[in-house]
Amino acid sequence: MDRFNRAFIIMRKELKAYFISPIAYIVIALFVIFTGFFFFKDFFYFNQAEMRNFFQLLPLMFTFVVPAVTMRLFSEERQSGSLEILMTLPVTSLDVVAGKFLAGTVFTAVMIAPTLLYVITLLIVGSPDPGPIIGGYIGAILLGGAYTSIGVLASSLSRNQVIGFITAWAACFSLWLVDKIVFFMPSFLGFLEYLGSDTHFQNISKGVIDTRDIIYFVSIMALCMLATVKTLDERR
Amino acid sequence: MISARGLTKSFGDLVAVNNVSFTIRKGEITGILGPNGAGKTTTLRMLTCYLNPDAGDIEIGDYNVREHPLEVKKTIGYLPESAPLYPDMLVYDYLSYVSEVHGVTAEARIAEMGKLCGITEVMHKNISELSKGYKQRVGLAHAMIHDPEILILDEPTSGLDPNQIVEIRNLIREIGKKKTVILSTHILPEVEATCDRVIIIDRGSIVADDRTEILQKAHGKERRITVKISGADYAALSGALKDLQGVRDVFQVQDEHLTAAVVVVDGESEIRPGIFTMAGEKGWVLYEMKQEQMSLEHIFRQLTQGGSHGQI
Repeated sequence: MDRFNRAFIIMRKELKAYFISPIAYIVIALFVIFTGFFFFKDFFYFNQAEMRNFFQLLPLMFTFVVPAVTMRLFSEERQSGSLEILMTLPVTSLDVVAGKFLAGTVFTAVMIAPTLLYVITLLIVGSPDPGPIIGGYIGAILLGGAYTSIGVLASSLSRNQVIGFITAWAACFSLWLVDKIVFFMPSFLGFLEYLGSDTHFQNISKGVIDTRDIIYFVSIMALCMLATVKTLDERR
Repeated sequence: MISARGLTKSFGDLVAVNNVSFTIRKGEITGILGPNGAGKTTTLRMLTCYLNPDAGDIEIGDYNVREHPLEVKKTIGYLPESAPLYPDMLVYDYLSYVSEVHGVTAEARIAEMGKLCGITEVMHKNISELSKGYKQRVGLAHAMIHDPEILILDEPTSGLDPNQIVEIRNLIREIGKKKTVILSTHILPEVEATCDRVIIIDRGSIVADDRTEILQKAHGKERRITVKISGADYAALSGALKDLQGVRDVFQVQDEHLTAAVVVVDGESEIRPGIFTMAGEKGWVLYEMKQEQMSLEHIFRQLTQGGSHGQI
């Protein structure tokens, strides 16, 4: 309980920090403009009340946007030296990592919240199937969380935000890419398909919530957070 | 209150702190003094659980740093060098965040800290807009917000202007009446002005550890007296001075209008009345007579220069 409380305080502080600076609004605006453009580009041609277009694009969008959101979380603190203040407050490394991870994930959720307007639009102009839409949003949160944890880990590795961004982007992009290139690989490497984040996301966004997909995302989060805690402790 | 035994910490090949042991009693203001790079910050960082010692043990209050870091962190308030606070936060928001983490009720405590540290008028400013002096005070408020038993300050006055330095020192003195304070510095007068006790560190090891006056006394076996007169040349003056009892040496000091000399005197002997009467008898006009105790500065130089570690 105590631990949850401490992580929660850190999360709230980080969220405040996001929304104090203009960067949050710029990232959200860009995200909404891009996804809006791609969503509505073909929407009226097909005459179908569905969001498949949006959810197909989302994982690729996330590989760029989420690292941009997470890159400052630890790099900035290490750069300015405030990490020393943070780590000498009565909190554990896990509290800090969990707080920052939650802040990044909540931010990602806030970022995709405006796209609920698309859902409303669909409800007005037609009668969409709710399953894929609900699944899509659950998947988006899980995927956002997984990418956030990768971003948090990358950010803890360097005091340079740009390096943090590129490392996280490369890792997220590889996860997105791997199930698409598995086709070109020898057949014994076929298992790599299960590592692909896109496959798991597309499964959920079909409206089928399978434990395997959830376990995939949750294990990425757990592994990256543990690695971040290790990184923080290792530097002491 | 605090006991450290055999602390050692290296970064790669560099041994930053080498087998350092000390105890600090409750209610003392202790200065950790040393040249830049001597290992002061590393020592403080180990006390505050920011760094893990490679070897050795620290006990703070009833808690061991390795086993109960959370309890230790609750007992101490720590201000790192140059107060790296979050620049984008308002002072008030920052302090309420810190008090929340410590689990203390914020408002009354923040107001109290505002008064004590003199930051009430900047509460609603961005930390990035503050001058260095104010930032340092906000840092002090941050360190004291949970009313800790022990306050650890790393170079609390570095980068401040002389007025701010005096203010911060007075503040530390004030706090030191009730709390245990450890501060690090490479500025000698700071230790003389604020600390009850001084630990001198050089190249990762302790070279002296005692009460400030005792250190001054132990090394204060010789005193220097500057004498400035008119009515005689230097040869006459030095001849007369050398005749006085207890004078070990006399040498000349340049002065445009007066004849000036520095007299080196052995330990306890008091020769100032002698100088005064001598000048009167010879009809010289005495313009200035000033005695200096050998300051910590000399002690510090003796201890931290040259290869061998000095002994007290």
